Amino acid sequence: MNAPLRRLALAVMVLFGLLLLNVNYLQVVRANSLRNDPTNPRVIFEEYSRQRGPILVGGRPVANSVATKDRLKYKRVYPLGPLYAPATGFYSLIYGASGIESAENSILAGTDDSLFVRRVIDQLTGEQVRGGSVQLTLNARAQKAAYDGLHGRRGAVVAIDPSTGAILALVTSPSYDPTLLASHDTQAVSKAYQQLNKDPNKPMLNRALRQTYAPGSTFKLVTAAAALESGRFQRDTPVFNGPKLDLPQTTVSLPNFDNRPCNLFGKTATLEDALRRSCNAAFGKVGLDLGAVALRRQAEKFGMNAVVDTPIPSVRSRFPANLDQPQTAQSAIGQFDVRATPLQMAMVVAAIANRGVLMKPFLVQEVRGPDLSVLSRTRPRELSTAISPRTADTLGQMMVTVVEKGTGTNAQISGIQVAGKTGTAQQGGNRKPHAWFVSFAPVNDPKVAVAVVLEDGGGAAEVSGNKLAAPIAKAVMLAVLGR
Amino acid sequence: MNARAVGGRNPRNAELVLLVFALAIAMAAYASVGLARNGAIPPGMAGYGAGLGLLFGIAHVALRRFAPDADPVLLPAAALINGLGLAMIHRLDLADIDRAQRLGRHTPTPSAPAQLTWTAVGVVLFIAVLLLVRDHRVLQRFTYTAMLAGLVLLLLPLMPFIGTTINGARIWIHAAGFSFQPGELAKLVLLVFYAGYLVVKRDVLALASRRVLGVDLPRMRDLGPIIVAWAASLAVLIFERDLGSSLLFFGVFVAMLYVATERRSWLLIGLVLFFSGSFLAWTLFAHVQQRVDIWLHPFAARNISDSSYQLVQGLFGMGSGGLLGKGLGQGRPDIVPFAKTDFIVAAIGEELGLTGLMALLLVYAIMVQRGLRTAVAVRDSFGKLLAAGLAFSVALQVFVVVGGVTRLIPLTGLTMPFLSYGGSSLVANWALIAMLLRISDAARRPTPPPAPALDQAKTQVVRL
Repeated sequence: MNAPLRRLALAVMVLFGLLLLNVNYLQVVRANSLRNDPTNPRVIFEEYSRQRGPILVGGRPVANSVATKDRLKYKRVYPLGPLYAPATGFYSLIYGASGIESAENSILAGTDDSLFVRRVIDQLTGEQVRGGSVQLTLNARAQKAAYDGLHGRRGAVVAIDPSTGAILALVTSPSYDPTLLASHDTQAVSKAYQQLNKDPNKPMLNRALRQTYAPGSTFKLVTAAAALESGRFQRDTPVFNGPKLDLPQTTVSLPNFDNRPCNLFGKTATLEDALRRSCNAAFGKVGLDLGAVALRRQAEKFGMNAVVDTPIPSVRSRFPANLDQPQTAQSAIGQFDVRATPLQMAMVVAAIANRGVLMKPFLVQEVRGPDLSVLSRTRPRELSTAISPRTADTLGQMMVTVVEKGTGTNAQISGIQVAGKTGTAQQGGNRKPHAWFVSFAPVNDPKVAVAVVLEDGGGAAEVSGNKLAAPIAKAVMLAVLGR
Repeated sequence: MNARAVGGRNPRNAELVLLVFALAIAMAAYASVGLARNGAIPPGMAGYGAGLGLLFGIAHVALRRFAPDADPVLLPAAALINGLGLAMIHRLDLADIDRAQRLGRHTPTPSAPAQLTWTAVGVVLFIAVLLLVRDHRVLQRFTYTAMLAGLVLLLLPLMPFIGTTINGARIWIHAAGFSFQPGELAKLVLLVFYAGYLVVKRDVLALASRRVLGVDLPRMRDLGPIIVAWAASLAVLIFERDLGSSLLFFGVFVAMLYVATERRSWLLIGLVLFFSGSFLAWTLFAHVQQRVDIWLHPFAARNISDSSYQLVQGLFGMGSGGLLGKGLGQGRPDIVPFAKTDFIVAAIGEELGLTGLMALLLVYAIMVQRGLRTAVAVRDSFGKLLAAGLAFSVALQVFVVVGGVTRLIPLTGLTMPFLSYGGSSLVANWALIAMLLRISDAARRPTPPPAPALDQAKTQVVRL
């Protein structure tokens, strides 16, 4: 029986050999993909066992990690919750992360390559591996002013430093408290998440970056810019003065908001009059004169039809292609299928304020390691030259008249010249229009460009932008200017 | 008589050295669990070490007394695995306690003390086997008693009142507050029956044959035993839903049949029956189909959070462990359901890494090879068959469990010998090692020097 016994022993060795090979395959070849599999709960436990770095605004944390007693050692808290939610985003055990929490995750979690040396030292010295910190560009006072100004109404505010592109305020309303989603109680988190999702006011929607609206009359800035750039228009060039513009190829017409002529006191109106009074008929005609291609090209120079990485990605603002004539006229006043995020409209004003140069908007000022050494600092970057400095100056002066004696008087600040533009975007049907206001100040040395939108906030008339949105823009400008 | 004096070196001394080594590893594992979890050597360390040392020491002394020539590696190997298992079970206990505290639940009864108690019972049974079975050939007398006992043990869980279904398998009996898996003991008893039966029938099973297509096939009527074993295995599978045991019973029987008859045709027939039985089970039973589906598609969305959760979590754990492991007490093996029993291998792989897992597998391999070497060395056929069966059953069990957990083959529920938490399995395996040692003692006993020729003998003239 010894011959088959020896063969049996050989077979047994083959069995063990197979096991050893398979174990090697698992723990060497497949080890990395198994270890880092997103559904591997160990990944999460490890992430939560490290102290995640804070997100700072002006040196104060708006997102922070605090030690807990449960199995996940650290819990994320957002001291000012809803105020900064559109910037911080959330960090959740079951829903992942959003906002800066997601965009800067590798720094915050301490897994970024730039933290490698630090991590190795920490491991060698037995020190706990910690994450780096992210300092935002936001201005705490401006942020607060914008949030308080919106007061829970649906809308958004974006403020930008025109000369750098630094985002000074990023507010959407109503907001939510990300701390609710950072709880380690997964049932409570999923309940809170579902409730937020069911809320008809969509508190988790980042309206500032990820919602587009018809820009309405604020888009006349783009049309005016295209007109000035074409060389065929100056600020005093006469434009169509009628109360309404009959659109070619249709029976429809484009009326002024008050159904009256653009210049109430004279026979002719200038381009400046048309902007100051926000005349639809005049701008419709200007748009037709310039043509859809010129409008689209100008819109794209201001950043439309492209996403902006702030690094929270914004959605694309849109100026459609292949427009027929009535569509071109409507698009020239920011209707038809033209759509813009509040960020996009803030970029338009910022470019005008910055003598035509559009800076890339950014939200992260600098990134520091856990030892507070600066790992990177965002350097301002030009995105494009949207218009010539001359056009920018002219347009800025025209916008001053809007605030001083036009449709945007509520944005006036004593002692400081403010340039602005109102907007009332029709939504079609019986829905109330959106109220817009965009502005920058001071005109001689712009420090802040701001865009405000209030959903369904307007009455039928052009006054709503001035009545509802302009005061918020004013408050934000005042906050930035330190007044 | 002092046989060692004749053979030269005393195997028991080597065993003692190895045993101290095994104990040291088990204690180091226990200490590192404490260091990792609480930052200190566990307070009960000295007492625990002394207790475990005493248990293994008694087993060692019993061998010195009752089986002095037995293999010196088997006991230390078993002690090492047993001690490592205790440390891992203790480590998982701590995770369970943490979890209970976190959730504000009652602190669960720790498993490690129970496992330690079962280790003691196992060692007692180990000594009892050595003491009662002074010559393994005696067991041959109980061939048919063993068959009856084996069948009864196998069928016990199916009895009303005492049989219970746990986690879908009906392999447990409950009596007087204790629960037990009689299948574990049935395995041993049936091995005795297989060996006794095959020794008697081997000639007829081996010689009477017909040649068909170049293969020597046995006569139809001689197919009886293998068919019976096959049917019994299928019965275990069907009525107790115990895939692992079913595979084990049949596999070991076929291997022993082959060893007894030296005929490959039995292997062929065994494989054919195995695959047809597997196919039959697969077509008939949803739970078998599910096992296969989990095996083939563990990461599929339909499985991952439900039926294959355990397997996938185990794979994640082993992947996370990588080459050197997370270190005892520093991974998350408690995420894997049944980490103390069926999936203890995944816990070892996670915390001791590839290195630890390979070392563990090699200890098993050494244990099996020592058993098979015993089978080769022992002189009587019954001893050969029994030792081969015992050793091969360990090998097959390890293969089925580790292969299942590492996704080499479909997952079947079986425990790792000596390692997994569970009294029945542990006690039965201590008895198994005792039987192997008993046979080994006979195999290695030095042949007494030939009787001196009469004319050379020192004789004394007795004056009358």
